Amino acid sequence: MANQLLKEHVLFRHRDIKDIHKIDVYLAHDGYKALERGLKEMTPDDVTNEVKASGLRGRGGAGFPTGVKWSFIPKNLFPKYIVVNADESEPGTFKDREIMESNPHQFIEGVILCAYAVGAETCYIYGRGEFWTLFHGRLQEAIDEAYEKGYLGKNILDTDFSCDMYLHLGAGAYICGEETALLNSLEGLMGQPRSRPPFPAVAGLYAKPTVVNNVETLANVTPIILHGADKYRQYGTEKSPGTKICSLSGRVNKPGNYEVPLGTPIRYLIEELGGGVIDGKEVKAILPAGASSSNMGADKIDTPMDYESMAAAGGMLGSASFIILDETIDAVWAAEKNVKFFKHESCGKCSPCREGTFWLTSVYRKLREGYGTKKDVELIETIINQMEGNCFCLLGEFVVPGVRTSLALFRDEYEQLASEENEADQPQKDLIHTFF
Amino acid sequence: MGWTEKEQQDLDKILKKYPPDRKLSAVLPALYLAQREKNWLDDDDIEAVADALGIETTHVHSIIGFYTLFRKEPVGKYMMQVCTDLPCALRGAEDFFKRLCERMGLGPHGGTTEDNLFTVEEVVCIAACDKAPCMQINLEFFESLTDEQIDEVVARLRAEAS
Repeated sequence: MANQLLKEHVLFRHRDIKDIHKIDVYLAHDGYKALERGLKEMTPDDVTNEVKASGLRGRGGAGFPTGVKWSFIPKNLFPKYIVVNADESEPGTFKDREIMESNPHQFIEGVILCAYAVGAETCYIYGRGEFWTLFHGRLQEAIDEAYEKGYLGKNILDTDFSCDMYLHLGAGAYICGEETALLNSLEGLMGQPRSRPPFPAVAGLYAKPTVVNNVETLANVTPIILHGADKYRQYGTEKSPGTKICSLSGRVNKPGNYEVPLGTPIRYLIEELGGGVIDGKEVKAILPAGASSSNMGADKIDTPMDYESMAAAGGMLGSASFIILDETIDAVWAAEKNVKFFKHESCGKCSPCREGTFWLTSVYRKLREGYGTKKDVELIETIINQMEGNCFCLLGEFVVPGVRTSLALFRDEYEQLASEENEADQPQKDLIHTFF
Repeated sequence: MGWTEKEQQDLDKILKKYPPDRKLSAVLPALYLAQREKNWLDDDDIEAVADALGIETTHVHSIIGFYTLFRKEPVGKYMMQVCTDLPCALRGAEDFFKRLCERMGLGPHGGTTEDNLFTVEEVVCIAACDKAPCMQINLEFFESLTDEQIDEVVARLRAEAS
């Protein structure tokens, strides 16, 4: 079951059908039939229940059951909003961009079905600012086509259901991928996270009930409604049904996006689809969820890529952004890169994250520049211990597993950089590396 | 600056996306619009955005400070933003960035060329990790780049600008 091959793509249909981004081609291949089925043969609750039955879990990283999330939306509060998280910014993640660029109608159709299921009439797609050309080109064109054909706008398919869809661009802030920061950003504020509760389902955009879903999640809704939950479950595992797009990057021969049934082993992704490691080198570490993830050692390469198995193996599936390090890569350098990323992207709201990423960056730099001591290696541990569980949102928390596992797996590399000779003139070195 | 007629039309179109009492939502798109012409924002631009949305300039400043794609200092006509984050760095992006700076006659950390045409800077992930080295020039993607391609693109942009 876990290792079945994909007969045809569920999400990346553009790889099977040429020009499916054009609405005529999409319509010739069952396009907007799911919407027709949903609107004409199903009640909104039927749609939610079908998604629940499919077992679809959020593809943005958290893996929360999508249908359950929709069912949290109160029926008696109006208006309601759909906000699509297209703020794809995790280092190593580039899947949503391909969906929106190459198979936009399947995604749009999923968004409309979601709006119908929860009774929302306005949808915003929040993309990162770097998607400027996509949001002013291909994706906007697809939405315009959907309006022209009557799949968006007033009285869709001659029903009582009306729905508008707007594109909104962020402007360079990783934190806006956090759903409440995204909502603040969409309201015209700085993208800093909100405290929860209240959850967005009750008080989201403009304090109204709001579904926030990832692009890939909503692209899954279309085939679920078209073919039914049972057929959807032909791929994947019992608890992680369906297919998942894995973004493969780093030291492999053929990096790229690959759609696989959930439960496929990591080895298949790296060796079969990714063409193996460059120059036939050995895998040193696998970062399965971008910069936010633990380092998994090469011994975990046979782990099935589903939510449960990845967590059990000490990693996480997250957004399935596999960054591969080979034996030639300096583990401390790699960890420092990610730490610097988080320092750059910390929104500054809470001190554990703002200060923690700052101090980590300083200590890493000190080690890498040859001024480190054994105490600095311990200091890294102290800092992450103080961050863990104390950050306001997940951004700060995501710094911890990468650093902790890097230290656990490659401590010798850290200690090689720590010299006892440096102990003598510490105060001066600390000063230089902290404030310069 | 005041808004040109075309910009005013664009602004009206942007405002229609949001509820009438939620004009503040349009601050990012309005800033993009104000920044479009010269690639950075001066005090007049900032005031124009504040006026259009009925908000304080202080708020507009805080937004510009928070989001990296807005700039209050002059930059080149073309912003070249090269990703050197981990996935790209694993495929040679750091060396590529250095070579690019050299080819543009800039120091190792980038900067703006003497003719004010190009600004080169390092940025974090731009969602093109499989096609490293990659960059954006004024938010348009350039991927799987070679040094020769850079020369071609730069020559083309120079010709367009002259």
